[in-house]
Amino acid sequence: MNAFNSLMDGFGTALTPVNLLWAALGVLLGTAIGVLPGIGPAMAVALLLPVTYGLEPIGAFIMFAGIYYGAMFGGSTTSILLNTPGESAAVVAAMEGNPMAKAGRGAQALAAAAIGHFAGGLIGTVLLVALAPTVADLAVDIGAPDYFAIMVLAFIAVTSVLGSSRIRGLASLLIGLTLGLVGLDQMTGQQRLTFGSLQLADGIDVVIVAVGLFAIGEALWVAAHLRRLPGEPIPVGRPWLGRDDLKRTWKSWLRGPLIGFPFGAIPAGGAEIPTFLSYATEKRLSKHKDDWGRGAIEGVAGPESAASASAAGTLVSMLTLGLPTTAVAAVMLAAFQQYGIQPGPLLFEREPDLVWGLIASLFVGMVLLLALNLPLAPVWAKLLRIPRPYLYAGILFFAAVGAYAVGGEVIDLVILLIIGLIGFGMRRYGLPVLPAVIGVILGPNAEQQLRRALQISDGSVSGLVDTPFSVTVYTVTALLLIWPLLGKLVTRVTRGTRGRAKA
Amino acid sequence: MTTRTTDVPPTPGDPRRSWLREHSELGVCVMLLALGVLVLTDALTMDVEITQRGPVGPKTVPVVVGIGLLVIAALLAVDVLRGGRGEAEGGEDIDLSEPADWRTVSLLAGVFLGAAVLIEPLGFPIAGALLFWGAAFTLGSRRFDRDPLIAAVLSLVTYAVFNNLLGVPLPGGPLMGVL
Repeated sequence: MNAFNSLMDGFGTALTPVNLLWAALGVLLGTAIGVLPGIGPAMAVALLLPVTYGLEPIGAFIMFAGIYYGAMFGGSTTSILLNTPGESAAVVAAMEGNPMAKAGRGAQALAAAAIGHFAGGLIGTVLLVALAPTVADLAVDIGAPDYFAIMVLAFIAVTSVLGSSRIRGLASLLIGLTLGLVGLDQMTGQQRLTFGSLQLADGIDVVIVAVGLFAIGEALWVAAHLRRLPGEPIPVGRPWLGRDDLKRTWKSWLRGPLIGFPFGAIPAGGAEIPTFLSYATEKRLSKHKDDWGRGAIEGVAGPESAASASAAGTLVSMLTLGLPTTAVAAVMLAAFQQYGIQPGPLLFEREPDLVWGLIASLFVGMVLLLALNLPLAPVWAKLLRIPRPYLYAGILFFAAVGAYAVGGEVIDLVILLIIGLIGFGMRRYGLPVLPAVIGVILGPNAEQQLRRALQISDGSVSGLVDTPFSVTVYTVTALLLIWPLLGKLVTRVTRGTRGRAKA
Repeated sequence: MTTRTTDVPPTPGDPRRSWLREHSELGVCVMLLALGVLVLTDALTMDVEITQRGPVGPKTVPVVVGIGLLVIAALLAVDVLRGGRGEAEGGEDIDLSEPADWRTVSLLAGVFLGAAVLIEPLGFPIAGALLFWGAAFTLGSRRFDRDPLIAAVLSLVTYAVFNNLLGVPLPGGPLMGVL
């Protein structure tokens, strides 16, 4: 009941006119960003980090959360009408949604996706309300060794679960950790990697790293390979669903969140895996097997619902443990740091207004998004016609504004460009960007927690594993590390026995 | 990042050059190696006796990161020589079937640097508008009636929002002095 009361208080915060305005702005921006090619929610939140200098935390986070959820809604529009999904989470929407649009059922596909997002987001957020305070209570006594363990988990998870190559993931993480080292050591004031430069002594601001890697790197990379003829979106009318379609989709909408939410909460790459899992589940359970591959509406409804629910799951680990499981969560974590707020179990005690206002605003945002997306989908689809030079010039422009706003220093713009070029090289050679961003954001914090923990234990390494919490987290981390090796071992053993049987 | 690292199909007749082109990812290893050496040198030349507090000083983590960079550089080199390749990232507007357009990328970087230099003497509204127009031009937009107008409006509105609404000061430059 306690969570329910807190949530009601949260609605009190979220429904004030100013915060409603931020929520509306967030979902508008989010939908636009989701529809626009080449710009994802992580880049959008990174580009908006400078507003944290002038805005109350609650307003900023309500807007960021609106962008996150809104981009999910908008992303499926692009997939369905254009068949070139930009975000991994939207790949599945194209598989059945685009054939539907080609067959003249685009309106139904868009409706199935929008209501799916609404259902998934709603159920996911209810689960967030139910679970987050419990998780926070369980973890409330955690200290330096536990925080360090969580950060190690985050490092290992982003490098070994995401992307196709662990080596490249680790390389990216180390680049991020190195960038995080630049500046004065927080505990002793020792200069590190500053080369005597006063500017570098302040360290490289997280905003500059995030904007450089996500925005400048992406814009330059697209510029190098810009498609000469952008795809033509399929024209579509107002989304609606007939009774037959509703009969086919309502179960998929309800099943999606069950898959999406848990996968969002663990560091497993955000919405990518759960949308595929949901797709496979729906296909197996479908009574209309012939439709699959040619536009089965369940294949749009289920995965889209799973995608939005995974966003809610992501917020559980971010708010209760400070563990970012997706790029958007990582950038939001950077925003928390800008405000000097440490997300984690104590967040619910120290900043109840902020957390519950944010959670309540998710419900508000969801309703706004449904209202925005169902009747207005054809209008949003027009955004796909934006001339690409304007789009990428705009990204560069806002990146420059953001970096300059950090401290009003021209040198920051130069650093931004250098980091953008690093981001360009990383995209060229398949180094994932997320580990680097996580390294910069969590690296300095992890070092501090490590040193604090070792100070308490007087240098004994056992001080890092003397709580049940940290032991649990390290066990999970070890499992993540061993998992692929185990898989390899199993295939090798089975192959070996098979080989022997043949011989 | 030179033109040699592009994905141009290898020209026959020069095996060494085409080998380098094929294995351009080794450049990443070299960068990681250099970064590792840099981090280690910086860490080991640190003068920490006075400032050490607690059993772990400011050196430890940089040393670990530096060694990590060296190890990863070696592992990546092995992977590349064995035929492993990082996958170039795809996207809605990205066409990977064509070779990289280095001219556009370097021009864009140049426009960006130019705007960075101009931001203080000319002020944000002018430098920002030049950045947008220059970038749009570089990316292929040739609407001389529309492009400068959009650039000017975008830059002025952004200036007003940041400077007046959000309270983040941006340099106005001579233009704002006149208005």
